[in-house]
Amino acid sequence: MLAFTLKRLGLAVLVTLTVSLLSFSLLFMSGDPASAIAGENASASDVDAIRALYGFDRPFLVQYGDWLTSALRGDFGQSYYFKMPVSELIADRLSITMLLGVCGISFALLTAVPLGVAAAMRPNTLIDRTALFISVMGQAMPSFWFGLVLIVIFSIRLNWLPPSGSNGWQNFIMPTVVLGYYAMPAIMRLTRAGMLEVLGADYIRTARAKGASEMRVMFKHALRNAVVPVVSLAAVQMGFMLGGSIVVESIFALHGAGYLAWESIARNDLPTVQALILIFSLFYIVFTFLSDLANAWLDPRIRVG
Amino acid sequence: MSDPILSVHDLTIDIPMGQGTMHAVRGIGFDLKRGETLCIVGESGSGKSLTSLAIMGLLPKNLKRAASRLEFARIDLQHQKPRQMRDLRGNRMAMIFQEPMTSLNPAYTIGDQLEEAYLLHNKTGRAEARARAVALLGKVGITAAESRLSQYPHQLSGGLRQRVMIAMALMCAPELIIADEPTTALDVTIQAQILRLLADLQREMNMAMILVTHDLGVVARIADKVAVMYAGEVVEQGTAQEIFRHPRHPYTRGLLRCIPVPGKTKPGEHLGSIPGIVPSLIGRMEGCAFRTRCDVAEAACASAVPERHTETGHAWRCIHENEGHENEGRVPA
Repeated sequence: MLAFTLKRLGLAVLVTLTVSLLSFSLLFMSGDPASAIAGENASASDVDAIRALYGFDRPFLVQYGDWLTSALRGDFGQSYYFKMPVSELIADRLSITMLLGVCGISFALLTAVPLGVAAAMRPNTLIDRTALFISVMGQAMPSFWFGLVLIVIFSIRLNWLPPSGSNGWQNFIMPTVVLGYYAMPAIMRLTRAGMLEVLGADYIRTARAKGASEMRVMFKHALRNAVVPVVSLAAVQMGFMLGGSIVVESIFALHGAGYLAWESIARNDLPTVQALILIFSLFYIVFTFLSDLANAWLDPRIRVG
Repeated sequence: MSDPILSVHDLTIDIPMGQGTMHAVRGIGFDLKRGETLCIVGESGSGKSLTSLAIMGLLPKNLKRAASRLEFARIDLQHQKPRQMRDLRGNRMAMIFQEPMTSLNPAYTIGDQLEEAYLLHNKTGRAEARARAVALLGKVGITAAESRLSQYPHQLSGGLRQRVMIAMALMCAPELIIADEPTTALDVTIQAQILRLLADLQREMNMAMILVTHDLGVVARIADKVAVMYAGEVVEQGTAQEIFRHPRHPYTRGLLRCIPVPGKTKPGEHLGSIPGIVPSLIGRMEGCAFRTRCDVAEAACASAVPERHTETGHAWRCIHENEGHENEGRVPA
């Protein structure tokens, strides 16, 4: 298990370095950063002054090395637009996004897995059809529309929940549902398919032949083998939620990291974009690493050679 | 004599299908006493495995089981609640399956799975279950049993896994053990070891055993009784002695002709074979199912087939009173 962990960890570090290099190169792929900062009406000497000030005239690798060492210390430079340290800016916004992401994936898992198991236990029955209907709805409804419908019902008509802002836990209920419902169908269908496959396995018959109860067969013998791909999928979706919930954050005016990314791109705020790309990629890397560990724990064939 | 531990009369299993009902098992019956070994022989699709699953109550839900009598240790299996069946399964009746490679759960250690079989039916601590597991692993010939407990199925060979499956079936000292082609998936040398092990354990623990197989060589070595199944029916049954010395049914004789006998069958000599294929079991069946492949079939075979038996209990279904050619001593080694 230790060797496996170290191997995965090494891979994760390599991927992180690659991503950091890519995200740093972005700065130079989108044109001359100095003229972008200087603005349209700046003179050539102004641009040169800015280039010297920010150090854009140095060799690429030197600049990258500089940026990376500061990034490791948590220093991503100054935001061009917000005129404050990028790290402070992101830390503030990230807490909202992380809270939303954790709530969203929990909501998705807590609805999708039981529903998938129930559907697999009684295939082609009313339960299965209902689960299918719910997942098709989730797949088909765009998040922005579903979000607006929830606001109309629960904020405007019923006046139960606040439509926007991030002041209290009530603000997170609708965004959680919208974000979670988006991730739910895939997890549900994968759980159902995995369970159906596993339930036909010989070792399930063995468990029944031992005298195990149906619940024990389902949850001890079948589910553990069926959720391995679900864990991997959930990890990717979790990364997606932490990085890409721009739509949901905009609708509910939750000013999180997704929203910040959108703002920074629109305003050519490159240090912020670079930092966000690196952090979003880190999320994916961390969650993939964790899901590898979880799967190794679930399936001994991965960890014991 | 003592009561039979297992009594099966007129067992039928129907499988609903798109084009009609498949009568997979059609009115079979046998009795089995404690300490006896019954071998059920027949080709693939003759209903052997379904019969064993029906006794265990493990048939898929869409299959229909009916019998005029289905009793285990005087318990009417047809009127047991699912809970009561669970208390019997793995406890007083246990089963060993054909596929050792896939019959163990890949996610749990051998120890976990062996202990589970014991703990499901005994209110004791893990330590006792563990001790029992070690003892049984030793009994089925696994060395260093203690260290095996923490291994996973994928770390064991097929032969070892089947030994683990046998140990698992024996955890609660069952009165009846059903082995459904336990050696089919194994190497020939391992097959012999596993069968000897099963036969020894059965004798030692005085269990009743049903061994489902299509290997007549196996049958000759360990059976007390033999039931020959063809197309969902028992076409002939009796003691192993009677079946091998005086096979009555043309199908049984055909099967026996297919076995090479060391020393008697010359190299290159044509082994027997039974021409034709098994008839479809969908829809209503009439007459003898074997008549299309039988070399002594007559027009009368298409109507009802009488059941014949001798005083010793040797029974067969054939219109011929006694086709009784001797088997010319073709008992497989």
